[in-house]
Amino acid sequence: MAMAIKLSLLLLVISCSLIPTFSLFEDQVGFMDWHQRYIGKVKDAVFHTQKAGRKRVVVSTEENVIASLDLRRGEIFWRHVLGATDVIDKIDIALGKYVITLSSEGSILRAWNLPDGQMVWESFLSGSKSSKALLTIPANLKLDLDSPIFVYGGTCLYAISSIDGEILWKKDFINEGMDVHQLILSEGSNVIHAVGVFDLSEFNTYEIDVKNGGVLKHVRKSFPGGIYGNILSISSEKFVALDATRSIVLLISITDGQISLQQTHVSDLIHGVSLNPLILPSKLSGIFSLTTDTFIAFIKVTHEGKLEVMEKVDKTVVVSDALALSDGEQAFALVQHGDSKIHLSVRLVHDMSSNHLKETVKMDHERGFVHKIFINNYVRTDRSHGFRALIVMEDHSLLLLQQGEIVWSRDDGLASVIDVTTSELPVEKVGVSVAKVEDSLFEWLKGHMLKLKGTLMLATPDEIAIIQKIKLQSSEKSKMTRDHNGFRRLLIVLTKSRKLFALHSGDGHIVWSTLLQSLRQSDECPNPTGLKLHPWQIPHHHALDKNPSVLVVGRCGLSLSSPSTLSVVDTYTGKEARNVGPGHSTVQVIPLPFSDSSEQQLHLLIDDENRVHLYPRSREAVEIFQRESQNVYWYDVEAEVGILRGYGVKRRCDGDEYCFEARNLWSVVFPSESEKIISTVSRKGNEVVHTQAKVIADEDVMYKYISKNILFVATVSPKASGPIGSATPDESLLVVHLVDTITGRILHRMSHLGSQGPVHAVLSENWVVYHYFNLRAHRYEMSVIEIYDQSRAENKDVLKLIVGKHNLTTPVSSYSRPEVSTKSQSYFFTHSVKAISVTSTAKGITSKHLLIGTIADQVLALDKRFVDPRRSLNPTQAEKEEGLLPLTDTLPIIPQSYVTHAFKVEGLRGIETIPAKLESTTLVFAYGVDLFFTRLAPSRTYDSLTEDFNYALLLLTIVALVVAIFVTWVLSERKDLQEKWR
Amino acid sequence: MAVPRRSELNSFSLLLLLVQVCFLCLSCSSSSVAIATGNGGGYTINGRVKIPGLMAKGFGLPVKANNAKVILNGGQHVTFLKPDGYFSFHNVPAGTHLIEVDAIGYLFSPVRVDVSARNPGKVQAALTETRRGLNELVFEPLREEHYYEVREPFNVMSIVKSPMGLMIGFMVVVVFLMPKLVENMDPEEIRKAQEEMRNQGVPSIANLMPGSGRSN
Repeated sequence: MAMAIKLSLLLLVISCSLIPTFSLFEDQVGFMDWHQRYIGKVKDAVFHTQKAGRKRVVVSTEENVIASLDLRRGEIFWRHVLGATDVIDKIDIALGKYVITLSSEGSILRAWNLPDGQMVWESFLSGSKSSKALLTIPANLKLDLDSPIFVYGGTCLYAISSIDGEILWKKDFINEGMDVHQLILSEGSNVIHAVGVFDLSEFNTYEIDVKNGGVLKHVRKSFPGGIYGNILSISSEKFVALDATRSIVLLISITDGQISLQQTHVSDLIHGVSLNPLILPSKLSGIFSLTTDTFIAFIKVTHEGKLEVMEKVDKTVVVSDALALSDGEQAFALVQHGDSKIHLSVRLVHDMSSNHLKETVKMDHERGFVHKIFINNYVRTDRSHGFRALIVMEDHSLLLLQQGEIVWSRDDGLASVIDVTTSELPVEKVGVSVAKVEDSLFEWLKGHMLKLKGTLMLATPDEIAIIQKIKLQSSEKSKMTRDHNGFRRLLIVLTKSRKLFALHSGDGHIVWSTLLQSLRQSDECPNPTGLKLHPWQIPHHHALDKNPSVLVVGRCGLSLSSPSTLSVVDTYTGKEARNVGPGHSTVQVIPLPFSDSSEQQLHLLIDDENRVHLYPRSREAVEIFQRESQNVYWYDVEAEVGILRGYGVKRRCDGDEYCFEARNLWSVVFPSESEKIISTVSRKGNEVVHTQAKVIADEDVMYKYISKNILFVATVSPKASGPIGSATPDESLLVVHLVDTITGRILHRMSHLGSQGPVHAVLSENWVVYHYFNLRAHRYEMSVIEIYDQSRAENKDVLKLIVGKHNLTTPVSSYSRPEVSTKSQSYFFTHSVKAISVTSTAKGITSKHLLIGTIADQVLALDKRFVDPRRSLNPTQAEKEEGLLPLTDTLPIIPQSYVTHAFKVEGLRGIETIPAKLESTTLVFAYGVDLFFTRLAPSRTYDSLTEDFNYALLLLTIVALVVAIFVTWVLSERKDLQEKWR
Repeated sequence: MAVPRRSELNSFSLLLLLVQVCFLCLSCSSSSVAIATGNGGGYTINGRVKIPGLMAKGFGLPVKANNAKVILNGGQHVTFLKPDGYFSFHNVPAGTHLIEVDAIGYLFSPVRVDVSARNPGKVQAALTETRRGLNELVFEPLREEHYYEVREPFNVMSIVKSPMGLMIGFMVVVVFLMPKLVENMDPEEIRKAQEEMRNQGVPSIANLMPGSGRSN
């Protein structure tokens, strides 16, 4: 055995001397990683259920995704994430096989193949100026034309062939100055009506020939009252609109080319006070709906032009668009929210009085209210109409309802992660039943025997499948208890949907989710958004009976001065333990490294008037804070004006015990004519550094300058702050600064001529790596700056270090102004970058890897050794032994070191790393529209056996050894006996 | 040359442009070409992505190439590939731009594209990785990317070389070769050794191994 240990040690040494990559075998996918695909909150949905075969629904979402979903199970058939500036306006299906999207304010029209999502054609519609975007696809136009699509965008009306995207004709309304509100295709005629408003006070309608775009007829009528919002068509001859004061409903009817106007006061119509009336866009014929602050009224327009209120429903009711049924009938759906259930009713337009269908569906309380509904019909076996409804909930989830049941649901709130933190799982309870252990032992052995068969290539394909299944579904992985290595965690995720999710790090399933009450929309808090997530209570030593909890900071509105809300959420149960309603504003949240007796972390919230609010609000916390307040510093970055300011605590505010006033300690002003701040990065607060000393070749020591208070600031010349291609190399200058945030001292300043942003940077230990664009070479570059402490450089005597006569134990203070020296180097990097992060481990001993989120939405792991400023073209023998790599001008991209391997994290926004308890291992969570989680060992798992380790083989060897011993013993005994007989 | 361009403005002058930065001609006979057309403020860049063995099949592309994207200036504009691999960016201002192709499984070099304002329609393109000029805006992958390590086929040697294999090997040597060695030894020596062993007593499992070792 000793030999084996020696050998394995030798192997370890050999493997460590190589450059470690996170190479995976294909059958290891899903073993310690998981990937989840989302789409985001659905904006619009189009069903495709006519033909036999796969039933789909095509959706566009607020994350700018166009996706085709399986209507039976809710899975994604295909999906495309469009560019951030290319916002989808409208979607529809043409010819029964193409999905048509209109995006970028009606200037880009694309057709996608419905079965596989391949883009078929793309048309660019160059408009003269931006306007609203409209898309109309005629269902059955009897024409010899190749099935035109009518698009209005950029003040022009286009007819576009749906077969190849060719523009058939174009009619520009820029000269008419008309803003088109509606495009109406009347059934069976070759005329398209463009209805719009000129100068907000003149109603215009154009009849346009669909064949060539010629204007056949133009009628107009001005009304001095003006128009508020959109004009809505009731039929091709009748339109309704609100006047500018929003108190009169205008009914516009065209008879024989003559426009007649009819005005009805809203108050007459609905009898009573109504605030903020609005006409809802819906495709109901002969009916329109009017909403006020309290209710929705369905109003029928009779043939004589009279308005009749048919029904009033509560404001919280959500109404779907009308759905044309086969026999000229129209249906629409209403959803009303009840107590933990929703009431869905479908009505036919011709018979508004009764519900055609009424269903009650149980709904999870945590999904909130219904936000949107889309309906689709199918013909039942008895030839009656059945309906299915797709609903979008407050938490951005998407559900399909059919026959009073939820067929499937998707938690698409997870597509918009704002912030991530982690929490420990509960400790395992002692006392496990014996039967369970025996059973699991047997299972365990069986699994390992199978694995052994697999390694010896004796397994049949079926058995291989079983092995793979065992690996993937290992119950160890998704257990709800803490594990020894710290691999199992709860990922607490705050999303834009104002919902907090807890995901299990083992397989990514949702443990709980809470719609935060503190972020619920209310009169006090009209526009709530989540801001930050911080660990609040981490019981480790004391208060062990308490569950860990997180602090969620939110804001009511978009401006920095809007009031903020706080809530504390228990991470085991997902219950909101406490919430503080809208109070002071919050600009910054600073977790302090102190905790009170119940292990609640102290947090400072800085408001927009530079006052400091201390949380938790307890006497004890104040005492702790006042003791340490001399050492509490913070800074803020005013990027617009180019100023950094540092602050300290001055005194208590008047009247509030937990509020303190700030005093400005220092300011750094960047000249606005030459430097504009584009990026600032600081060190992660919880990062652990193992050693300050770095032993280099020749047994020399360098001392890293390790300070938690370094801020990396990148500025560019104002001309170069635009996108690539907008500035010439001569007028762009990128300057990077390392600033000490206690004193405001600039430790280092470096400029890159002819370079520009965007800058993505990561700061860790004593180094910063940043990514920018070099305009001269026209390539992306990555630079590294390492900062060393010169004042400790004379501590090189090893004897002194051993005896302890060194100044390493003297506290580091920013005020002592230590001498620093820096080293830096630049390299080319192929890709654009979306995010950079760095691996972090429990003790900081393991070497680091940079995690680079590339433009292709993949995460690349790059060994920090590639970005070492001490690399040289011809390293000496000693340097080679140290592990220094020869200098290359480009950083290598090794496909096997993509941590996301063959997956993409669409719309990648951030990469979070969490140290595991096992020193060699770090957990990585990448989020965007998709989520991806994996476990990395930057220097391989040197401190534990890999999960691939075959215990069965080990057991087999031991058994073989024991058997051999017995055999030899028996043999020798027998031989002995024979000897004796002889 | 047929130009795959769909534009509604007929007044555009189409200028084909073959700028040769260096004369490494690509041996492709396709009709793809980079065209920039003045259009008020913006120009159009057309190009083509060729993935060998994939695009040739025409319409029914494998899923792999389905999600390919073309990205201008690090995300300013994003566009997708048509079935034949063509793509275009519209409304691009004059200047020097960077185009990247994102197709999972392939590594593409970003391409620098100069759109000239002075003589409209002039486009100059070069691969930034190799600094090679392109006379046509055709993207070809530098290499295929394999994200997984290839598992080596089963090898007897790998088992033998593993620590456990070595242990078993050692045992085999001891069990089967040792008696042979003992047989070939001088009978005098054996007797001596056995005497020694007898002095130590009956060999137990614990001291069997070192005992047999000594008899060597």
